[in-house]
Amino acid sequence: MSFNIDERYKKMNKGEVLLAYKGSISAELITNVLGVVESKLDHVIDKSITKKKIYNILVESLQNLYHHVDDLPNLINESMDIHFGIFVISKVSDSYQIRTGNFIINNKIQKLKERLEKIKSLSKEELKDLYKFVLNNQKFSEKGGGGLGLIDIARRTDGRVEFEFDDFNDEYSFFSLNITI
Amino acid sequence: MESIAIEGTPKTPTVNFDATTGKIEIKGRSIPENSIEFYRPLVEWLEEYSKEPQKLTNVNIQLEYFNTSSSKCILDVFKKLEAIKKAKNEVVINWYYEEDDEDMLEAGEDYESIIRIPFKMIEVVD
Repeated sequence: MSFNIDERYKKMNKGEVLLAYKGSISAELITNVLGVVESKLDHVIDKSITKKKIYNILVESLQNLYHHVDDLPNLINESMDIHFGIFVISKVSDSYQIRTGNFIINNKIQKLKERLEKIKSLSKEELKDLYKFVLNNQKFSEKGGGGLGLIDIARRTDGRVEFEFDDFNDEYSFFSLNITI
Repeated sequence: MESIAIEGTPKTPTVNFDATTGKIEIKGRSIPENSIEFYRPLVEWLEEYSKEPQKLTNVNIQLEYFNTSSSKCILDVFKKLEAIKKAKNEVVINWYYEEDDEDMLEAGEDYESIIRIPFKMIEVVD
């Protein structure tokens, strides 16, 4: 197998790491992480607006992760927690980076890829229009977001969102998202 | 009609809805994983209130953070207010944002353009 989780995790731990996590993604974990990171940000950043921006994007990206983690079947999953995901929050030169990673069923990739590519190609104005359109017209999914999360992140970062899919096996891939603030 | 008074938590806002004064207030943070449960009673309350609203309904929205899961619910709140206004009642919406918080100001403008009630944008200076 060419893709290795530990290597990926290592690679994600770039720059000055504020917080890194690898394991089960639960609602409780995310609540705790948000609390910890918020007080950390209070110490390292003076400007309230920058802090707010980072915190907002963090909420959105971690909740996205929580809602969209696909569980690997038990056979391969033995060594991994259920709802497995990784995330790293770090400072790389003058910007902050939020990286998340999770398994995804292969047949979902195409749609997500197209969505991300579309979002990345839009201008600020177009993103605003898309956001308003989805907000006003799309029904809420059970998962809650209604597809606004990625659009919101792209708006707040002027499209500075990179992504990658790595083959894991016939059924699953690993999806990595890298947001620069 | 009973008032609603909910105290804020790190993930959910402070809410005060008062039918006798026509004062509607949502303040603080709104970042739960799933917001529908939190907002459902608020939207239902407004539905009830809209049957016999005050001449003037005064709305104060002062959010520090809200996630996209909340954004749709907040729109539902505004749509109820829009209906009250359409029925020839006065509705004033005050949208507060922190000094320099362009994202929050823009979020208010997004809502304003969808529901077509003019917002009063109020910048809060520390």
